[in-house]
Amino acid sequence: MAIQFSDKKLNEVKEIIARYPDGKQKSALLPVLHLAQEEFGGWLSSEAMDYVASLLSIEPIEVYEVATFYSMYNLKPVGKYLFEVCQTGPCMISGSDNIVAYIYEKLGIKPGETTADGMFTLKTVECLGACGYAPMMQLGKYYKEHLTKEKVDAIIEECRRNAVANN
Amino acid sequence: MSKKLLLEKAHVENIRLYDVYRREGGYRSVEKALKTMSPDQVTEEVKKSGLRGRGGAGFPAGMKWSFLAKPEGVPRYLVCNADESEPGTFKDRYLMEFIPHLLIEGLIVSSFALGSSRTYIYIRGEYAWIVDILEQAIAEAKNNGWLGKNILGTGFNCEIYVQRGAGAYICGEETALLESLEGKRGNPRLKPPFPAVKGLYGCPTVVNNVETLAAVVPIINLGGDEYAKIGVGRSTGTKLISACGNINKPGVYEIDMTISVEEFIYSDEYCGGIKNGKRLKACIPGGSSVPIVPANLLLKTAKGETRYMNYESLSDGGFATGTMMGSGGFIVLDEDQCVVKNTYTLARFYRHESCGQCSPCREGTGWMEKILWNIENGKGKMSDIDLLWDIQRKIEGNTICPLGDAAAWPVAAAIRHFRDEFEWHVLNPDKCLTENYGLRHYADPIHVPVA
Repeated sequence: MAIQFSDKKLNEVKEIIARYPDGKQKSALLPVLHLAQEEFGGWLSSEAMDYVASLLSIEPIEVYEVATFYSMYNLKPVGKYLFEVCQTGPCMISGSDNIVAYIYEKLGIKPGETTADGMFTLKTVECLGACGYAPMMQLGKYYKEHLTKEKVDAIIEECRRNAVANN
Repeated sequence: MSKKLLLEKAHVENIRLYDVYRREGGYRSVEKALKTMSPDQVTEEVKKSGLRGRGGAGFPAGMKWSFLAKPEGVPRYLVCNADESEPGTFKDRYLMEFIPHLLIEGLIVSSFALGSSRTYIYIRGEYAWIVDILEQAIAEAKNNGWLGKNILGTGFNCEIYVQRGAGAYICGEETALLESLEGKRGNPRLKPPFPAVKGLYGCPTVVNNVETLAAVVPIINLGGDEYAKIGVGRSTGTKLISACGNINKPGVYEIDMTISVEEFIYSDEYCGGIKNGKRLKACIPGGSSVPIVPANLLLKTAKGETRYMNYESLSDGGFATGTMMGSGGFIVLDEDQCVVKNTYTLARFYRHESCGQCSPCREGTGWMEKILWNIENGKGKMSDIDLLWDIQRKIEGNTICPLGDAAAWPVAAAIRHFRDEFEWHVLNPDKCLTENYGLRHYADPIHVPVA
């Protein structure tokens, strides 16, 4: 598959670049990488990164440096739904270990693994700023907070329903 | 009941929308500042207010502003630090989510004071939905003439843009943030030069926390002197505290820094006491980097005086017996919590977040994590405890940014106050896998107020 933004997305890239002074288009790198990850299957292939470099007139290495530094960029394919469960201090004392264990029980995946059908990936992450609403996970753009086993069940069900509806 | 300056209107229905916010008195500070004051007068009011940076360091905001270099013909920038990532801290998120126009209003006044016509909000990447909320508020402000060209006919131009990070605690450090905003890895810069002289794109720049910039609104509305009357000593104004852990009412509270720690934990107006009727064991009152203190030293100082929720009182006794106000991320641990495990998860956090530039931090954080994992999992040696102490001492002060200190302090404080709990893990390698040390006898008798 050739990597190429739609015209609509290319306009978005232009709008992002316009936020910075002339000649400082490299500042657009983080937002444009977010766009690329959303558009090209939830992860950044080297092809996608090279494409972003060409859009911003910078060297590919400048993109690789950044993509490997920040934890939100996935450098390998991930499942359709990425469960990012926080495990830092405040979530830990509120029972995040139990949530990770329960997801393993339900889906058979440990942190870093993806289900065989490519539907779910489990990742443990460090503090997401939801300490008062722990335990929690990030799912796509939003946070799922005050997690319990029942809530995890409901989230998994909802993902499966959405996957069917979108097919 | 504490005075509320920031969140007073946060619960008004639809306050997120411009019309409601304006009807409730919003944007008055922009009118006052732009029409009746000079930029230097605004800075002067912020100085008089005694406002201290709310991100964690507590540096006087007005003084920071006055350091901004103003060479002819060079743009100046204001950057809002919304990279809230300190474990235990979720106050800026609350403010941006529920009353976004307060931040935008504060940013316009502050941009005017500093002469920034291109102002950026750098927000942590995970707060993706808040970007939409802020961008909507910015668009509304612009449609109503508070942003753009020639604002209120004064000749002042200003645009605000939101920049999303991508997952890096270190970008909360102001020079790492600027690197990231320039599209690079978040490696902190050597200082000097400070951002006030050489910041974004090499131009003079001020970086302030969300809550700090929002506080500029009541400062201008009330006047710096009136604002300074709220609070106590050098802890002026109000502070947002995000409370979490084993308490009945986790959440974000605005306090005026005159209440005691005991009241904050046990009163129904705030945390509502310890969950499930348990006893308080320890607390990290200012975000994960600040020293953990056992209950007895939390509620009272070493001199036996009541401890209050403000900068001076929380740090009373230095690191030997005190702690810090920090970012206001208030983490409460009950009697069932294991200090070793908690310290391990924090050490893992700092290892994960170290940018890798300075050897003491890059190597030291990983080393501490491994040792703590061993102790927590019954594989520790007695000498490991001294080794941990030694490593943290060699990280502290030996890195170019404060992440090294932030990683060292929690380990140091845990050993300082809970050494017997570490020793118990070493001496009971099997038991420590299934049981917790609990309260035992690690400290003086703990005063347990009735909730």
